[in-house]
Amino acid sequence: MTDKMALAKAINESLRHALDADPKVVVMGEDVGKLGGVFRVTDGLQKDFGESRVIDTPLAESGIVGTAIGLALRGYRPVVEIQFDGFVFPAYDQIVTQLAKMHARSLGKVKMPVVVRIPYGGGIGAVEHHSESPESLFAHVAGLKIVSPSNASDAYWMMQQAIQSDDPVIFFEPKRRYWDKGEVDTEAIPGPLHTARVVREGTDLTLAAYGPMVKLCREVADAAAEEGRSLEVLDLRSVSPIDFDSIQASVEKTRRLVVVHEAPVFFGSGAEIAARITERCFYHLEAPVLRVGGYHAPYPPARLEESYLPDLDRVLDAVDRSLAY
Amino acid sequence: MTVESTAARTPRRSAGTKAGTTGTKRTTSTTKKATSAKKATGAGKSAEPALVQLLTPEGKRVKNAEFDQYVADITADDLRGLYRDMVLTRRFDAEATSLQRQGELGLWASLLGQEAAQIGSGRALRDDDYVFPTYREHGVAWCRGVDPTNLLGMFRGVNNGGWDPNGNNFHLYTIVIGSQALHATGYAMGVTKDGADSAVIAYFGDGASSQGDVAEAFTFSAVYNAPVVFFCQNNQWAISEPTEKQSRVPLYQRAQGFGFPGVRVDGNDVLANLAVTKWALERARAGEGPTLVEAFTYRMGAHTTSDDPTRYRGDEERLAWEAKDPILRLRRYLEASNHADEGFFAELETESEALGKRVREAVRAMPDPDHFAIFENVYADGHALVDEERAQFAAYQASFADADGGK
Repeated sequence: MTDKMALAKAINESLRHALDADPKVVVMGEDVGKLGGVFRVTDGLQKDFGESRVIDTPLAESGIVGTAIGLALRGYRPVVEIQFDGFVFPAYDQIVTQLAKMHARSLGKVKMPVVVRIPYGGGIGAVEHHSESPESLFAHVAGLKIVSPSNASDAYWMMQQAIQSDDPVIFFEPKRRYWDKGEVDTEAIPGPLHTARVVREGTDLTLAAYGPMVKLCREVADAAAEEGRSLEVLDLRSVSPIDFDSIQASVEKTRRLVVVHEAPVFFGSGAEIAARITERCFYHLEAPVLRVGGYHAPYPPARLEESYLPDLDRVLDAVDRSLAY
Repeated sequence: MTVESTAARTPRRSAGTKAGTTGTKRTTSTTKKATSAKKATGAGKSAEPALVQLLTPEGKRVKNAEFDQYVADITADDLRGLYRDMVLTRRFDAEATSLQRQGELGLWASLLGQEAAQIGSGRALRDDDYVFPTYREHGVAWCRGVDPTNLLGMFRGVNNGGWDPNGNNFHLYTIVIGSQALHATGYAMGVTKDGADSAVIAYFGDGASSQGDVAEAFTFSAVYNAPVVFFCQNNQWAISEPTEKQSRVPLYQRAQGFGFPGVRVDGNDVLANLAVTKWALERARAGEGPTLVEAFTYRMGAHTTSDDPTRYRGDEERLAWEAKDPILRLRRYLEASNHADEGFFAELETESEALGKRVREAVRAMPDPDHFAIFENVYADGHALVDEERAQFAAYQASFADADGGK
């Protein structure tokens, strides 16, 4: 069945489906119950599944993830919400030292099917700690899987797949795209979770992005097309693992790569992609891999975020610089 | 610290001296601390609150109106069993310390002195209860039937935890201080959801009581009325820091602020630990929520084999605690009540030596893992990067084989 719905609603539908299909799935977090979460992603779930399945937690992120780990050890599949990106750090210890390593520490005897949902990224004019993109801080940690959907359909299906995963998944939700509508076919057969997708074919240069920056990259490709340039846009969808094979295939065709993310470029996922693609495609590249992203500065006050975030012109500038080689 | 004797120790002061008689009185060195605490809090004369004790350091059974019922049906056989558990645990622990000194283990965290707290609480558990230990719960592991040699893998460096947690309902040792209190709470929340009447016990120490995770575990368990027992072994020292660097109030009193009961028990009295833990577990099973048990004990040895306690504490304190030795007091009780004869003790000594030998041989025979174990079990469902790096590593390793073959 295909429906047009907002990205946030798609996640809501996905959670609803998971709660319905598997009694071991529980949703937990701050304000996820009656309020339905500050972004309403869990709207109506507690009403329909009860307080023991959709759990309002004390305001303590380490406690949320730590108890989710305990629930997973008991056989549950918790989906926890961290209210905002900048609030995940009290839980960072539990995620890094416990959640990520439990399977390895137990020599494979324990599985950690925990999804940590994090609304992330800027562009909504928020106050401090509400606009960050900390995905690289998690990508560095073996044992975690990290994904970020860019559209409603992926949001629905990637959440299904994240919940079914026996590994912990950090699910970064592009909060500025929560209200973007798209077609969702809830009976489709989705592709694998950790593969990239070509969302626009092109021949002159590859733009690689995920989450909130995919839409921007499509707009960049439209603008470039008006100038007679054919850009390919890759929606990476997964940050750990990264589908390097798909990036490589695209770059071997276009010979140029620009990676775009909101997170600071320094030690960002773009740095890793640049290094790997340089290694894999050294003789195909016509230009160094370029990155467009945040600066090595605290996420700025809302009035300055437009200068901090990649936008159409900044990405086009990188495209120009790449094509100039 | 040197390797400790595994038998019940004889106190260097005879029973009946100041330190030996009450079990609660502080020694000279600790009285100082109590005084400063008094100044700060304006508390009354009694420096330390009463603790639950059923067996005095001299091995005398004392009545306790509240907790006697939890050990009322205990048999001579059970008492000998507790004694055996403590002696064998101490023997195992001493063997591990020796193995570290011999270079067979990289590190060992000794439980010396804490046998009663661990065996008493460990034997209070039902099979379907679940244990979340720190890295020092060798006695509890023993009670759960985890083979002692399995505990040594992580200290030898061949794995990070070598047993199946669900095999004995005994979770992996947790090194990050206090993390497991939350896991225990979450697990207990799951028990409630399942409608089961199992209970969960989380072990931690006085140092961990300062961790946010422990405070959050108290909050979550109280809010959800989770069937969990927080068993804090206050062994007086978090490496070099005494308990007064962690708290201005006795630790068991922390529970009150979270809305559940806390009780301090003589951590060196195996009967008291058994009784109090049974009580706390029954509360959990009955849906009465969490309990904090503070087992007031003493870390007789170093924090770990890497530690040097002579830099931060004196002998007097240790000597005072030696007089309260958990094994000695039960032995006295067994002997005085004719529950055990010489034959029992002799047989146990033989069993103890056999255990030491078995542990020694098992550790020495423990092979290093295969190099490729680095890449095993990083993920349950696999990960492309791990696959790629494993292949690169294999090719690198194979390049040496090629070089050899070329010669």
